[in-house]
Amino acid sequence: MTLLKLEPRREQSRGMMLAAPVIAVGLTLVVGAIVFTLLGHNGLAAIYEIFIRPLFNPYRWQDLLVKAAPLAIIAVGLAIGFRANVWNIGGEGQYILGGLAGTGIALLTLDMSGGWILPVMLVCGILGGMAWAAIPAALKTTLGVNEILSSLMLNYVAIQLLYYLMRGPWKDPMGFNFPQTAMFSADQTLPYAIPGTLIHLGIPIAIAIALTAFGVMTRTITGFQVRVVGLAPKAAAYGGFGAASTVWLALMVGGGLAGLAGILEAAGPFGQMVPQFPTGYGYTAIIVAFLGRLNPLGILAAALVLALTYVGGESAQTTIGLPSAAAGVFQAMMLFFLLATDILVRYRIVSGSPATARTAPASETGTAGSSEAAKPKTVTA
Amino acid sequence: MFETSRRKLLTASAAMAFAVSSLPAVAQEGVEPPVKAAFVYVGPVGDFGWTYAHDQGRKCLEENLGDKVETSYVENVAEGPDAERVIRQLAQEDNDIVFTTSFGFMNPTIKVAKQFPDVKFEHATGYTTGGNENMGLYNSKFYQGRAVLGTIAGMMSESGKAGYVASFPIPEVVMGINAFQLAAQKVNPDFETQVVWVNSWYDPAKEADAAKALLSQGADVITQHTDSPAPLQAAEEAGAIAFGQAWDMTSFAPNAHMTAIVDQWCPYYTSRVQALLDGTWEADNVWLGMAEGEVEMAPFNDAMPEDVKEAAQKIVDETKAGEYEIFTGPITDQSGEVRIPEGEVIPESDLLQMDWYVEGVQS
Amino acid sequence: MSLDLLVAILMTVAGAATPLLIAGLGELVVEKSGVLNLGVEGMMLIGAVTGFAVGTTTGLPVLGAVVAMFAAALAAAIFAVLTLTLMANQVATGLALTIFGTGVSALIGAPFVGITTNTLGPIFPDALTSSPLLRLVFGHSPLVYIGLALTFGVAWFLNRSRAGLILRAVGESDSAAHAIGYPVLKVRYLAVLFGGAMAGLAGSYYSLVLTPMWAERLTAGRGWIAIALVVFASWKPGRMLLGAYLFGLVITMELQAKAAGFNMFAPEFLASLPYIATIAVLAIISAAKRGGTNAPACLGKPFRAAT
Repeated sequence: MTLLKLEPRREQSRGMMLAAPVIAVGLTLVVGAIVFTLLGHNGLAAIYEIFIRPLFNPYRWQDLLVKAAPLAIIAVGLAIGFRANVWNIGGEGQYILGGLAGTGIALLTLDMSGGWILPVMLVCGILGGMAWAAIPAALKTTLGVNEILSSLMLNYVAIQLLYYLMRGPWKDPMGFNFPQTAMFSADQTLPYAIPGTLIHLGIPIAIAIALTAFGVMTRTITGFQVRVVGLAPKAAAYGGFGAASTVWLALMVGGGLAGLAGILEAAGPFGQMVPQFPTGYGYTAIIVAFLGRLNPLGILAAALVLALTYVGGESAQTTIGLPSAAAGVFQAMMLFFLLATDILVRYRIVSGSPATARTAPASETGTAGSSEAAKPKTVTA
Repeated sequence: MFETSRRKLLTASAAMAFAVSSLPAVAQEGVEPPVKAAFVYVGPVGDFGWTYAHDQGRKCLEENLGDKVETSYVENVAEGPDAERVIRQLAQEDNDIVFTTSFGFMNPTIKVAKQFPDVKFEHATGYTTGGNENMGLYNSKFYQGRAVLGTIAGMMSESGKAGYVASFPIPEVVMGINAFQLAAQKVNPDFETQVVWVNSWYDPAKEADAAKALLSQGADVITQHTDSPAPLQAAEEAGAIAFGQAWDMTSFAPNAHMTAIVDQWCPYYTSRVQALLDGTWEADNVWLGMAEGEVEMAPFNDAMPEDVKEAAQKIVDETKAGEYEIFTGPITDQSGEVRIPEGEVIPESDLLQMDWYVEGVQS
Repeated sequence: MSLDLLVAILMTVAGAATPLLIAGLGELVVEKSGVLNLGVEGMMLIGAVTGFAVGTTTGLPVLGAVVAMFAAALAAAIFAVLTLTLMANQVATGLALTIFGTGVSALIGAPFVGITTNTLGPIFPDALTSSPLLRLVFGHSPLVYIGLALTFGVAWFLNRSRAGLILRAVGESDSAAHAIGYPVLKVRYLAVLFGGAMAGLAGSYYSLVLTPMWAERLTAGRGWIAIALVVFASWKPGRMLLGAYLFGLVITMELQAKAAGFNMFAPEFLASLPYIATIAVLAIISAAKRGGTNAPACLGKPFRAAT
């Protein structure tokens, strides 16, 4: 490693932006195949089942979109904050509060009907997420409390609030004393965007949000403000962009979108509120945001990749009996490699041939498996 | 080992909105072997509790039917949309029957069953099929085993106080607590059961600490409705007695472990797949117990006195013969009011939504 | 309250507090060096499973605990390479490390489900634990004493030793520390490895002492509580000790109260209490210090030498 030196690039390498994820996925396939073969599983088959086979099945594509939508919505919101150096890792709590706020409306309107109900639920979901994010924002701007820590702590409080409501006040009176709410009515349920499929309204919403965010970040003053504050806080102050207003902006967008994702999940795939509502989307979305390089379009792609590891991991369990833990390890490995190769975007590696540069981030893995890797890599291409 | 004949059908009461349709017994074509059977688990197969027991049932099914069945499973499936996706995927992958083994899978199973009328679905512990004729419900009367544990506890406890490490106050858990206390009370009228809710199905450290707290407050029997062997280990350390949950847990507490309620899902799984082979599968709603081999007691510990063994075995035998029902009146609730008059039995539909405790339970 | 009961309660408190204290002290040192590793839960699980695997196969729980430290430090090394050498984002890498640890521990642990092992139990002769009060002093697992000793060790290291001074300097201002000639990356590497080893040791406490067994996700989220406690302790080892034991006391008293038949609070309120308290402490300290917590100034930020 001492032979190689990192040299900062003047500008982020556009080529590497696209190449780095491909390199990372390639490394995951190679190393994953080797590791799982050593562990006594069929490594190549595992890779095929997790990463490739689902892509050739139209049903799995629907699953991927449904799974990716909430991840993308939350990640877009968080990424805007991350760009402004506002480290909101409370997406999970804001997602829960969004779901709860919308559920509150649903429970109030169970006996009513009308097209206005669902929009009200969605708006309340956004407000619920914003309200939860307002706590770290207020603490940060008035007292200077580190928002990483305060937003993380609030995730756990949100889960307990959910448990309390499910066990007590919001329990379905007809539900045999199981801790969950009644099912939402037809007017409270998210319609399908494409009838006859699983593509619910949340999926076009996710795409629209990512496109809008992309436009805002690249073409408007607000986007400029966010980026400037993130890159050079002092310069931003000269330009009249307040740090406090940026903190608020970042957390309101992050919280609002997480809240929206929450109510879209509750009113869509769940169709009710249950204690099992939080499944770590808020955390996974942080990873998605980074894999997407904090770029809304990149996030859409990253959300699909992450969804693939879940969906593919499930099919690998049934088809080749790969334990779910193995899918988790694959997922983690891919994240490691993606995070590792990120450096190639910002730095160039000097005094080393391209071949050594490629293996540098994973020097411990060696190059022994490169011949084995050729096969799966060509299939992804 | 198993019975393919008539199983007891739960009386569908209107209040419970059971949607079991009784199909006419038309002779159907059996499924060509091998039957593809898939299982959806809420936890890891390595939890040594609920999911582990279901997976043992799956393995036993494979042993029983050999090459007439092919099984697969998906573990660690979160309840909600993830479950729906997994169940749908299993249906799309040409499985003939899908067993979904957690309460939270009920609504996802209903949704998928509607879309795949040719695939059979079986859901454990739920209360409705949403009107699907290709979906069955099954559950076990674990409370019958709790009555055996209560009898042992009542006879062996010196302090007359048992500690109950419990997860969540859902009907399944509540009826287990009541069955335990009622049985113990029959042996020792002053018996008390102290419940500690740990608000988790699985949190070994907290379960252990809850057991320790109960032991330090005078309980000398520990029983549990959570998934880990941690409370047993705490009892072993303190020299108290305890019981296994879902599976024989003797290895964790060779001295404390008196017996365990063993979740034997194998007979049901085998009979349902066999019914598919025979073309006799019908959507049913069953609540099976000791008589059907679904609830078993693990071997009694040698340290158990002979008279206790006999009394415990007697309850097992009588339950199997249908002569013993723990929820027979008179039953008094916590406030001292007689809820069930002498001679009456709590109807199953009431048990399934039980939310009150019998006298002697401190919760 | 009888003496026996009091001692039993205090013993349980020590048991609940010790793993949080050990893992928390490790994370405290990591954060003091300016690095935020959110992978504590994953590293604890790796420690728990390797500790149990080695302890069971060799019959030597002590060896298990030692191997647990090495295994978790190895996992921490992945984190270090990614975040320090390759400057990957620490929050994302830490989360990935937890996913990794959860999966790897389940794979390693599969053959060890359903068995128990020798515990890393009390070390003093029985004569010293005959009475309740003696038991309170001598009746613990060695890890309880290690946790206490570690508190003083870390406090001394950070406040009194030259190496500790350098570590704090690196955490407060990496560029200044680098300008003086301190090896910023080396210091952070060592800190992250130490944090990993402590998380591993804490994990092995669960599988070798508290609940001597292995089952998937054995630590059930305690790693996150350890991270919260570091903040609660405002990065001071003494307060870390206080925080961990306070947490253990609250948990134990809740269960004791329930076991005695009192249900005073909604369980959800008690469960969220440590996190609410942590936020409150953060807010109070920040208010008192006008915008600065004790948080190391460089926490979570990547460092790259200007040369």
